[in-house]
Amino acid sequence: MHYSPAPMHIPDGFLSVLVSVILWVISAPVVAYALKRVGQDMGERQVPMMGVLAAAIFAGQMLNFTVAGGTSGHLMGAALATILSGPWAAVLVMTSVVSIQALIFQDGGLLVLGANIFNMGIVGVAVSYAVFHLLRRLPGGRTMKLLIPGFISAWASIVASALAVSLQLAISGTTPASLAIPAMAGVHALIGIGEGLITVGALAFLAATRPDLLQPGREGAPAGRAVWVFGLLLSAGLAVLSPLASSNPDGLEAVAERLGFIETAREPLYRLIPDYLFPGISNEALATIAAGIVGILLVCGVILAAGHIRRGPEASNR
Amino acid sequence: MHIHFLDPYRPLRSPVHALDPRVKLVLTLAFILTTALTPQGAWPVYILLLSLALSVQVLSGLGVGYVQKRAGLALPFVLAALPLLFTVEGPALFNFQLGLWRFALTSSGLERFAGVAIKSWISVQAAVVLASSTSFPDLLVAMRAIRIPKLLVAIFGLMWRYLFVFGDEALRLLRARAARSGQAVDNALKPGGSLAWRARVTGGMAGSLFLRAFDRSDRIYSAMLSRGYDGEVRSLPLPPLQPRHTLILATGLVLLIGLLSPAYLLQ
Amino acid sequence: MHHSIEVENLSFTYPDGRQALRDVTLCIQPDEKVALVGPNGAGKSTLLLHLNGILRGEGRVKVCGLEVNDRNVKHIRARVGMVFQSPDDQLFSPRVYDDVAFGPLYMGLPVDEVDARVHDALEAVGMGGYEERTSHHLSVGEKKRIAIATVLSMKPEVLVLDEPTAGLDPRARRSLIQLLRELPLTMLVSTHDMRMVEELFPRMVIMDEGRVVVDGATGQLMSDEKLLEAHGLERY
Repeated sequence: MHYSPAPMHIPDGFLSVLVSVILWVISAPVVAYALKRVGQDMGERQVPMMGVLAAAIFAGQMLNFTVAGGTSGHLMGAALATILSGPWAAVLVMTSVVSIQALIFQDGGLLVLGANIFNMGIVGVAVSYAVFHLLRRLPGGRTMKLLIPGFISAWASIVASALAVSLQLAISGTTPASLAIPAMAGVHALIGIGEGLITVGALAFLAATRPDLLQPGREGAPAGRAVWVFGLLLSAGLAVLSPLASSNPDGLEAVAERLGFIETAREPLYRLIPDYLFPGISNEALATIAAGIVGILLVCGVILAAGHIRRGPEASNR
Repeated sequence: MHIHFLDPYRPLRSPVHALDPRVKLVLTLAFILTTALTPQGAWPVYILLLSLALSVQVLSGLGVGYVQKRAGLALPFVLAALPLLFTVEGPALFNFQLGLWRFALTSSGLERFAGVAIKSWISVQAAVVLASSTSFPDLLVAMRAIRIPKLLVAIFGLMWRYLFVFGDEALRLLRARAARSGQAVDNALKPGGSLAWRARVTGGMAGSLFLRAFDRSDRIYSAMLSRGYDGEVRSLPLPPLQPRHTLILATGLVLLIGLLSPAYLLQ
Repeated sequence: MHHSIEVENLSFTYPDGRQALRDVTLCIQPDEKVALVGPNGAGKSTLLLHLNGILRGEGRVKVCGLEVNDRNVKHIRARVGMVFQSPDDQLFSPRVYDDVAFGPLYMGLPVDEVDARVHDALEAVGMGGYEERTSHHLSVGEKKRIAIATVLSMKPEVLVLDEPTAGLDPRARRSLIQLLRELPLTMLVSTHDMRMVEELFPRMVIMDEGRVVVDGATGQLMSDEKLLEAHGLERY
């Protein structure tokens, strides 16, 4: 029932454990800091505001429009959240959306949730913030100061998130860099246009109905230099790293090999036992068959037990 | 009219449903971690993990079919790993030519691809069972128990509460648009307007949703204030964990470590 | 134990310049049941929001013997049970139990006291047994009752309701009126439901354009059709 707008929510199994852990280690403190900052800046209003905004973004992702034939464009929402509520609040909002999508709707894995939060909640927000506020400095009327920065920052957030995803997939050795990066970047450069258009539409609507919501000072204390710099560095880093990685797949493979060592390098136990317990059948096959038998017995046993539980007296449940 | 169907929770009576949500969350995460740590090619372990997953599905009364259907939603992403079939070096299974390109499907590539696919498939089944057998308020309790900041949990709770409200509104907006999306009698006129126009209309719908969000959050804030809210998140204390559930937790963790360790201990 | 509301010369202007209240004076004695009527935009809801300090205007507002100021505001909010028009804005927790427990929890009461109050409040509105339900799946009538319960659990002295019967079908409306009849609290209700006013509220205050136009016995005012029409009201 819930469909993902673009291949951005990485499921479990696609990133190596180390990459997942590293991204958790990066995301968790950022989210913790965002909680602190929002507490300071917004105080009492934070909970109702963030919660409802997150719900709106989640629901907003349902709004689609036909691009061509069967394909449709959707909203990711990081840029809109950033423009409307400031970067730290947007981090929390996107974190909420991404977390619940993963936990309840299996849109994205649980172990790799740190990575998804990083890609959509941190990269998406930081890049859109930096781009938006950079472009706002240009002189001009409403179009120049709101709509064009809105469009470009929304587009940039999508492309940046996609690049981050592809780099993570490449480093995990799941998708070769030479393929992942151009593919993701190309597809999302197009999808980003959809995001930009919807964002602009929303901003135009709000500018007409509630311009007070778009006032720069509204977000509480300004985000400060840190977010700016981070966002710009991130954009620059992704822009440089991606073509580099893409054209040097071997280098990335070597890194992947090293980072994925936990899952790839170890020799399983049964290889140490003398090779053939049964003539003609390797130990690996034996172990696999044994596991298969155990597995089938387990499931059958549970089926019987479950049937018995349901037929018999109600098990005392809580 | 309502988006009830989005909520995956199925209130059945089963040992899985009755299990303390904190234990369920920890075991699910441990299970997924075990799957992730399982080395490439350790097929016996994958088979046992899969059997465990299937057993839990049966035990929960949700039915394997239901779980597999929901698990299938994560499937499309597998395409991202497809290139592994051709790019991993190893003994080639067969070669073929497509125009100027030569592709070699290697057995190592196949193994790598299968590894990714099966890890993903097993993990998502565990997540589906967790979400379908645990009510959302219980999941919030579980999140608090694993020390997720209470402010964040409060935001999740509020978001969940209004998710369906906004989902309904989004649905109504989509319906209203559909009702106005007719085609003129004159066949020469192409329906749909320009892409830019369509995007702008959708954007207006999104803007309308956000506007309602802001208004509503003001009203909710007033309601919270009226009942004494002061900015600090207060919640009822977590109920004590019953020994039976603790035992299940311990057993589960031991089982998972047991599955994993033979592959690592002797190296 | 004051159970009363005293508003003296209250004026209020919204940030966008709209003056919503002009010199409003109103006194409600303990155990009185008063209806506040008037056309949309008369300032009824604005007035109600002053009673628990959400809005602060010029003039004096004293509720249950306490001046409405920063120091007293938390105590006041425990004594004035404010029920808003849209129950969806008031039921913001995942479970009904959590919503009804919110008030007592913030008052700092011990857990078993909170639990007892939740059950009592839900029983009082006829929603006993709904503790584990999700508010989204309930009907409007059920939500309105539970919204009242969320406030009853704080054991207020005064109950203030904004449009309690709006949007209810006849059956739900009937049972809500019955509920309000049975609650032994001082009550101020803003409403368009003139039949309910005649049934339950012996005193009626008509507001229009931010002012109190008339304040008197319901029976008497209801028969003055010219007066009602002049302020956008109809008898039925």
